[in-house]
Amino acid sequence: MEIETATGLDTRKVAIWTFIGSECLFFATLISTYLVYRGRSLVGPFPHEEWTSPTGQHFEPILEIKLVTIGTALLLFSSLFVVLALYGAQKGKRGMMLGWLGATIMCGIFFISMQVYEFTHFVHEGLKLSTNLFGASFFTLTGFHGTHVTIGVIWLTTVFILALRGKLPPEKALNLELAALYWHFVDVVWIVIFPVVYLMK
Amino acid sequence: MATTALDHAPAHHAEKTGLWSWITTVDHKRIGILYGATAFAFFLIGGIEALLIRIQLAQPDQKFVSPETYNQLFTMHGTTMIFLAVMPLSAMFFNYLIPLMIGARDVAFPRLNAMSYWVFLFGGLVLNSSWLFHSAPDSGWFGYANLTEKQYSPGANVDFWIVGLQILGIASLAAAVNFFVTIVQLRAKGMRLMRMPIFVWMSFITQVLLLLAFPVITVALVMLLMDRQFGTHFFIPAGGGDPILWQHLFWVFGHPEVYILILPAFGVVSEVLPVFSRKPLFGYAAMVFSGCFIAFLGFGVWSHHMFATGMGPFADTFFSLVTMLIAVPTGVKIFNWIGTIWGGQLHFKTPMLFALAFVAMFIIGGLSGVMHASPPADLQQTDTYFVVAHFHYVMFGGSIFALTAGAYYWYPKMFGKMLDEGLGKLHFWLMLIGFNVTFFPMHFVGLNGMPRRVYTYPAELNFGFWNLIETFGAFTLGLSFLVFIVNVYKTWRSDAKAPADPWNGATLEWAIPSPPPEFNFAELPVVVGRDPLWELKRQRGGMLPEPPFHSGQGIHMPSPSYWPIVTALGIAVFFCGFLVGFPYVNIAGVLLTFLGIYSWAFEPA
Repeated sequence: MEIETATGLDTRKVAIWTFIGSECLFFATLISTYLVYRGRSLVGPFPHEEWTSPTGQHFEPILEIKLVTIGTALLLFSSLFVVLALYGAQKGKRGMMLGWLGATIMCGIFFISMQVYEFTHFVHEGLKLSTNLFGASFFTLTGFHGTHVTIGVIWLTTVFILALRGKLPPEKALNLELAALYWHFVDVVWIVIFPVVYLMK
Repeated sequence: MATTALDHAPAHHAEKTGLWSWITTVDHKRIGILYGATAFAFFLIGGIEALLIRIQLAQPDQKFVSPETYNQLFTMHGTTMIFLAVMPLSAMFFNYLIPLMIGARDVAFPRLNAMSYWVFLFGGLVLNSSWLFHSAPDSGWFGYANLTEKQYSPGANVDFWIVGLQILGIASLAAAVNFFVTIVQLRAKGMRLMRMPIFVWMSFITQVLLLLAFPVITVALVMLLMDRQFGTHFFIPAGGGDPILWQHLFWVFGHPEVYILILPAFGVVSEVLPVFSRKPLFGYAAMVFSGCFIAFLGFGVWSHHMFATGMGPFADTFFSLVTMLIAVPTGVKIFNWIGTIWGGQLHFKTPMLFALAFVAMFIIGGLSGVMHASPPADLQQTDTYFVVAHFHYVMFGGSIFALTAGAYYWYPKMFGKMLDEGLGKLHFWLMLIGFNVTFFPMHFVGLNGMPRRVYTYPAELNFGFWNLIETFGAFTLGLSFLVFIVNVYKTWRSDAKAPADPWNGATLEWAIPSPPPEFNFAELPVVVGRDPLWELKRQRGGMLPEPPFHSGQGIHMPSPSYWPIVTALGIAVFFCGFLVGFPYVNIAGVLLTFLGIYSWAFEPA
């Protein structure tokens, strides 16, 4: 494991950064598609505008900005929490590590729950994947982000269980740092998605 | 003394053999050989598809294959040659050579490397299994919307294409992360970036292109799949969607993809030419930076594939100028290759012949490329055989000639035996003549207006003569690869062993036995300059003695594992769920993938 590297950096860390670089293009493509199709839906419901269908059915703007703002705040705080958890892991402060890591995971779970609620709510309101371009590009973009959050939660939970069983001593804190790097990236992507989808009118 | 010691010692220490050892291998050299063998098999399949196309086109108004079959043949020929032949043949060289050239014992993540190979194999099998269901992809390798939508392609053909490419994309991305990190992290002491062999440099740039281009096609394919299976309208005008968006996304991936296909070839030729000219590469730094510049510009030219869509004068001008600009760094490379052989002590061995032919053929392909960088000219040439001629001159005259040069050059290192020079030269001349007879006349029939992707042509258009010539050329090409197979078979049967350094090589892989032991280097090398082996030979005043036998005891190598193939199977099963339309298959695939990843992560390395 302790191979001297050409850069002096840990190889797994370089790999995560490389992967994140690639992921940037993945989300850039999804976000571009969303932007290209913004305002080009032929039928409602729309994100920010009211719409009355030819049959006379009335639709309010569909986005639940308040709820998602809470989710966004929690996701952003979770980035801070995982930094504190990592600090605890590096300094061998078990309570601090487990506590903050648990808080991070809870934030992630809340975010996913919020998204599940949001998606079901939209379907009930009459916005499905196939309804219009907004539905297609919205569900695809936020759905892929949600999948990334889910994978992050599974990864962090795995590290949490390792830590509970005492398998995360300070010299192995990197195992948490790798998951944390990925988690920060998922947060940063949301910082772009949130204004693009929810705030920009 | 060293020679006598070698006579009694086995070529390398006893390695495990048998099928299971190959399934569980994490050795970059074995994985490289697996890539090579698999890619060559797919190359032959793609070649047979090409020959069937040529039979159909040999005469006007033929009915050798139906129009439907013809569509499947040209689609699968393109898809196979790009994703299942040239890319994995390059991957063979990445795998085999990068660790050897940078003085490492393996890649950064040996198991991830094994997984990449298995995912690639499964992807290729899924894609080609479509033939068994009479549903081979038939919408072109570019899959233009909205031809690929359910309305126009109701069968499973396009689904096979989407699923196959998604699986192959995972393989490419995993491998790209691996090789990128390997080159950044595992260089031997003293192997600074500007001392890396040019092949490693070009591979490095290729990995960056893979990392940045493949996510785009992944997303585009997801959207296409959703259009077909979940009722979205991403590329369907009736629902407000824009088919042109598909073209943009496809070519944002597709143009860097052509550099993914050619940059490793540049690397191979830049290794072969100096060795057989007995001169260091001319303009090393210019080679490195022109490679970087080509890759950078490669992301800003995608719309030159779309002049015919009518993008307007501003976009046309921009993409036309950037495309022409790429001729500058490419010209720098050609100048440097000529500068390398200029005044050199030329040795016309088979690899050298292929490398020289590469330079000539690539110039022709490059020139026709500059011609359709100009939108007015392109509007005449687009969708004609002129374009077919162009990209075969860069992909076959370029990539395949260079990769064949590499195959002859590194074969003794990989298998410990020399390929026959006489048969090699026969292969070369048949291939060079066959290639030009096949593709050069396509310039003429193309400019005369013969459209590509059409299954036949009427006799009155007078395309018959050249098409018949082209078909003869294509069979000569096919024959040249039969000669290659005979050459490999003959070598296989012979007992003559290749020395460690048969070509007077300049790079580190020639310092170790042929084939190298599992651990590559008994002692990790220390590098003091470019062309490290030439430097060493100068200091010692001549060829180096055969490297002594080393048992490899005390060198820790990663242990074999079957979890990479399990994970790869999970990934393939997940995507195949979209083919069978049965979500439980997707779920089973996800579970199998997680089982693989967790077992792998918690298995002691």
